[in-house]
Amino acid sequence: MEKEKYLDDLSEIRKIMSRSSRFLSLSGMSGLSTGLIALTGAFAARQLVFSRGNYLQNDAVVIGGDALRDLVLIASGTLLLSVVSALWFTARKSRRENERAWDAQAGRLLVNLLIPLTTGGLLCLILLRMGYIGFLPAMTLIFYGLALVNGSHYTHSHIRYLGMTEILLGLLALVFISQSLYIWMLGFGLFQMVYGLLIQRKRRGV
Amino acid sequence: MKEFLKDLDKAFENRIRLGIMSVLMVNEQLDFTSLKELLGVTDGNLASHLRSLEKSGYITFCKSFLDRKPLTRYSATPLGKKAFTKHIHAIEKLLQS
Repeated sequence: MEKEKYLDDLSEIRKIMSRSSRFLSLSGMSGLSTGLIALTGAFAARQLVFSRGNYLQNDAVVIGGDALRDLVLIASGTLLLSVVSALWFTARKSRRENERAWDAQAGRLLVNLLIPLTTGGLLCLILLRMGYIGFLPAMTLIFYGLALVNGSHYTHSHIRYLGMTEILLGLLALVFISQSLYIWMLGFGLFQMVYGLLIQRKRRGV
Repeated sequence: MKEFLKDLDKAFENRIRLGIMSVLMVNEQLDFTSLKELLGVTDGNLASHLRSLEKSGYITFCKSFLDRKPLTRYSATPLGKKAFTKHIHAIEKLLQS
């Protein structure tokens, strides 16, 4: 009898500790949707921009005004759509579980994601300005991976592995720079979707 | 009577007090409303347990204002953290025995 009470105590402690320090309403659907959006964006970039010239190389390249405009438009559109869909699915999930979508845990997660992400974003803008377009797929992967590793303390801890995968792919993208757009599709598209599916299944207890 | 049983802390016998301490072990500080929502208890209930933990010297609070509304933030004291860790170890030993 005694022992059972204490066993219950321990599991209660664990539950409360994780609920009070981690944001667990992250939706698997948001992984799926952002993955799809990323694939679409990368495909559009390949057709509209990278077919015009060999921009994916180690050196600074001169990119035409039209190509640059298209690239920036596609990139910001992809980013915006991904963020909106991730937020939407997460808010929907919190609503269903009768949890607040925005609380201290969500705030902490966001801040810790945003520090590496903003750094990477600014770095990419600087590289773009200098014409080092070939580095962009690698850098976006690496900084996204770092953000996930950093954020993993404040949400499902296994997001850490997705983060490390993205970092690895980012480094590979730098080595195989001419293929880096495909590696980017793998990281932001495929792995993101696989991860989304995994947490979706986990939740249903499959 | 086994040696480690004396480490079981009476202050943590109660579920709500145990909950409060668990939260404050992993959060540097937390306000009254967040604690209330996390633990799902009433104002009065939470307040009385907070008071009792405070009397034991296990938690402390600081009062401030946010948008002119009073805000009380609670945090665990070093003494409280030590007592909680001891309590958990005692439970673990008890379960092993």
